[in-house]
Amino acid sequence: MIKINNLHASIETDEGTKEILKGIDLEIGDGKVHAIMGPNGSGKSTLSYVLAGREDYEVTKGSIELDGQNILELPPEERAAAGLFLAFQYPVEIPGVNMSTFLKTSVNAVRKQRGQEELDALAMLKLIREKSKELGISDEMMKRAVNVGFSGGEKKRNEILQMAILEPKFCVLDETDSGLDIDALKIVADGVNKMRGAKRSFLVITHYQRLLDYIKPDVVHVMAGGKIIKTGGPELALELEKSGYAAFTGKAA
Amino acid sequence: MSSITEETIKTVESLGGKYTAGFVTDIESEKAPKGLSEDIVRFISKKKGEPEWLLEWRLKAYRHWQKMPEPTWAKVDFPPIDYQDAYYYAAPKSASDGPKSLEDVDPKLLETYEKLGIPLREREMLAGVAVDVVFDSVSVATTFKAKLKEAGVIFCSISEAVKEHPELVKKYLGSVVPFADNKHACLNSAVFTDGSFVYIPPGVRCPMELSTYFRINELNTGQFERTLIIADKGSYVSYLEGCTAPMRDTRQLHAAVVELIAHDDATIKYSTVQNWFPGDENGKGGIYNFVTKRGLCEGRNSKISWTQVETGSAITWKYPSCILKGDGSQGEFYSVAITNGHQQADTGTKMIHLGKNTRSRIVSKGISAGKSDNTYRGLVKIMPKAENARNFTQCDSLLIGDNCGAHTVPYIESRNKTANLEHEATTSKISEDQMFYCTQRGLSEEEAVALIVNGFAREVLQNLPMEFAVEAQKLVGISLEGSVG
Repeated sequence: MIKINNLHASIETDEGTKEILKGIDLEIGDGKVHAIMGPNGSGKSTLSYVLAGREDYEVTKGSIELDGQNILELPPEERAAAGLFLAFQYPVEIPGVNMSTFLKTSVNAVRKQRGQEELDALAMLKLIREKSKELGISDEMMKRAVNVGFSGGEKKRNEILQMAILEPKFCVLDETDSGLDIDALKIVADGVNKMRGAKRSFLVITHYQRLLDYIKPDVVHVMAGGKIIKTGGPELALELEKSGYAAFTGKAA
Repeated sequence: MSSITEETIKTVESLGGKYTAGFVTDIESEKAPKGLSEDIVRFISKKKGEPEWLLEWRLKAYRHWQKMPEPTWAKVDFPPIDYQDAYYYAAPKSASDGPKSLEDVDPKLLETYEKLGIPLREREMLAGVAVDVVFDSVSVATTFKAKLKEAGVIFCSISEAVKEHPELVKKYLGSVVPFADNKHACLNSAVFTDGSFVYIPPGVRCPMELSTYFRINELNTGQFERTLIIADKGSYVSYLEGCTAPMRDTRQLHAAVVELIAHDDATIKYSTVQNWFPGDENGKGGIYNFVTKRGLCEGRNSKISWTQVETGSAITWKYPSCILKGDGSQGEFYSVAITNGHQQADTGTKMIHLGKNTRSRIVSKGISAGKSDNTYRGLVKIMPKAENARNFTQCDSLLIGDNCGAHTVPYIESRNKTANLEHEATTSKISEDQMFYCTQRGLSEEEAVALIVNGFAREVLQNLPMEFAVEAQKLVGISLEGSVG
C-alpha cells in the first residue's frame, strides 16, 4: 500500500526554483493498478522521480508512505530495498557492465539491505534464466552491456526483467509504452500482468490509452499542472482518448 | 563550501578506516648508513657479494647520476627530493642466513603477508603461483623452484642470478634501459638492491604465472628493485607484480627498473597491480613511484604486453614501453590509472617501431576523483625502416566530481609513409542519470561508482590473469571510496 499525501516538489532551474508537483494525493492499495495519464509537462515523470528519491528534486511539503513507513527521508537505494521499483522511461547505458553482472549486483545489494543472504552465482544464473525466458529475453542479451546498443523494445523489456527479478512491492512504470511497437508492447504488458498479485501495487504512467488495453487499471487519474484533476475507472482512459486532454485541462495538450 | 568540507570529511574517513594495508612490521634491519655516496654504492655491492664488473657498472651509474638533471616534463608537482636523507640498503636480519624453506622464514614476515591477504602457504598449495617475495630489498622466500627448474625456467632474485648466472645478467642488464636513460633509472642502476630475474629457455612455455609481491617496510628506505626477464626463442611467460605498502608519514622514493627481452617468436606478458600508500588526507606521506619499464622485442614476431592497474602512490611517473625491433613484432599497453584525494599520476607508454610490419596497441583508461590529477602521456614513433607499421591508440578519461583533472598528451612521430596510425580519445563524467539508475536498483553510491568504473575499465581489467582480475576489481572500488557524496 502506497500513500501519497499533499506532495509538493520543486526543482532548481536557471530561472530559479520551479514547483512542479503542486499537491498530489494518491492512495494505491495492495494488488491494485492505478494509471496516471496526462499531457506532456504535467509532472508525471517528476512524480516517478520524486517517488524513487532522485536528488535533483526537493520535496517541500507532504509525505510518501510505503506500507506505513515514511520513505521520504530515505536515499534511493533504501527505497529500492523497501520494495519500490521504477521502470525508467529512458533507461541509461552503463558501458562495460554486462547485464548479468548488473543484475547480480543489484539483487545482492537489495538482499544485503534486507538482511537476506546474498545469492551465489549459480542461484543467480538460474533466477535470471527463468525470468528472462518468461519475457522472451535471450541469454545473449545478458552478456551485453547494460542498455548499450539495445533497441527501444529491448530496453523496456529489460526494465520489466529487472522488475521481475527484484520482486518489488510497489512498481512505477514511467511511460513504458513509449517507443514500443505493438508486439513489444504486448510482451511488456504480459510481463507486468504476470506480476500482478494481491500484495503488489502498480502505478502506470502513460501518455496514451493504448497501454491500458493490455494492462487493465483499477483506477485512472488525469494529471495536469502538477495536480491530479480527475479520478475515475478504466472508462476514463477511453474518454480521454476520445476527447483529448483539452476537455479536462481547458487547453490543447 | 559545504560540499568541500563534506568531501574532506569523507576523504579522511576513507583513509582513516579503509587503508587496511597500513601497518608496520618491527623487524630489525641491517642498514647502510644514511645518505648516498660512492662508499654506499660499494657497501651495497659488497653486502651482495658482487663481482667487480657489477660494482664498476654501479659506480659508473652513480657518477653519471650526480650530473643528471631531474626530469621535469611530467605534469606532477612535488618538493625537491633530499637524496642524502634516505637509507639505500636494508635487509631483514634473518635473511643473512638465507632461509631454505618457508619454515625458515621469520614468522613476523609470514604474519605480514597474512595481513595483506596473501598467505604464502595458501598460495603455494591452492593457487599454484610461484612467489618470489621481496621484503625490504632482499628476497626471503622462493617457491615452486623445483617445478620451474624441471621446465628449465630460471626464476630467482637478481642477486642470486648475479652469482648463479653471471653470463646472462652481464649480457642483458642495462641492455634495454641503459644506466644513463633517465635520472631515476640511473639511481636505480647505482643502488638497486634486489628484484627478480627470469629466464625462459627456447621453446618453453612457463608452466605457471610468475608472481612477485613488493613491499616497502623500513622508514625512509627507498626501494630500488631491478627486474630482468628474458624470453628466449619461441618461449612464453606471464609475470605478475603487485604491491601494497604500509602507512607512512615521510615520503618514500620508489625507483624501479624493469627490463624485458623477447627473442624470436617469444611472448612476455607483464601485469602489475600497484597499490602503494597514496598519502594521507592532506596528500602527505605517500609513495613516489618513479618507474622505468621497457621491453625490447628483439626477435621476429615477438610480443610484449604490459597491463597495469595503478591505484596507489602519491606520485606515479611510469611509462612501460616497447621497442619493436624484430620484424612482425607486437607491443601492447593496457592501463587503468585511478587517482583520488591528492594523488598525481603521469603515466602512459612509448611504442617505438623499428622493424617491418610491427604493430602496437594502446588502451588507456584514466579515472580521476577528489582533487587529483591524472595524465596520459604516450609516444608512438615510427622509424624510417618500419614499413607497414600499425598503431591503434584509445585513451579514455573518466572524471568523478569537479575538483580533479584529466589530461591526455599523445605524441605521434611518423617517419614512414606506409604507417597506419589511429588515435581515439574520450573524456566523460559519471552522469547523474547513471548514478540514479544504479541507486534505484539498490546500489549504494559507492557500489554504483565501483560498478560504473569497473565497466569503464573492463577492456583493460579483462587482460589481467584470473587471480589478479578479481583482486583488481575490488581494488578499483576501494580506491574510489569517499569520492562521491
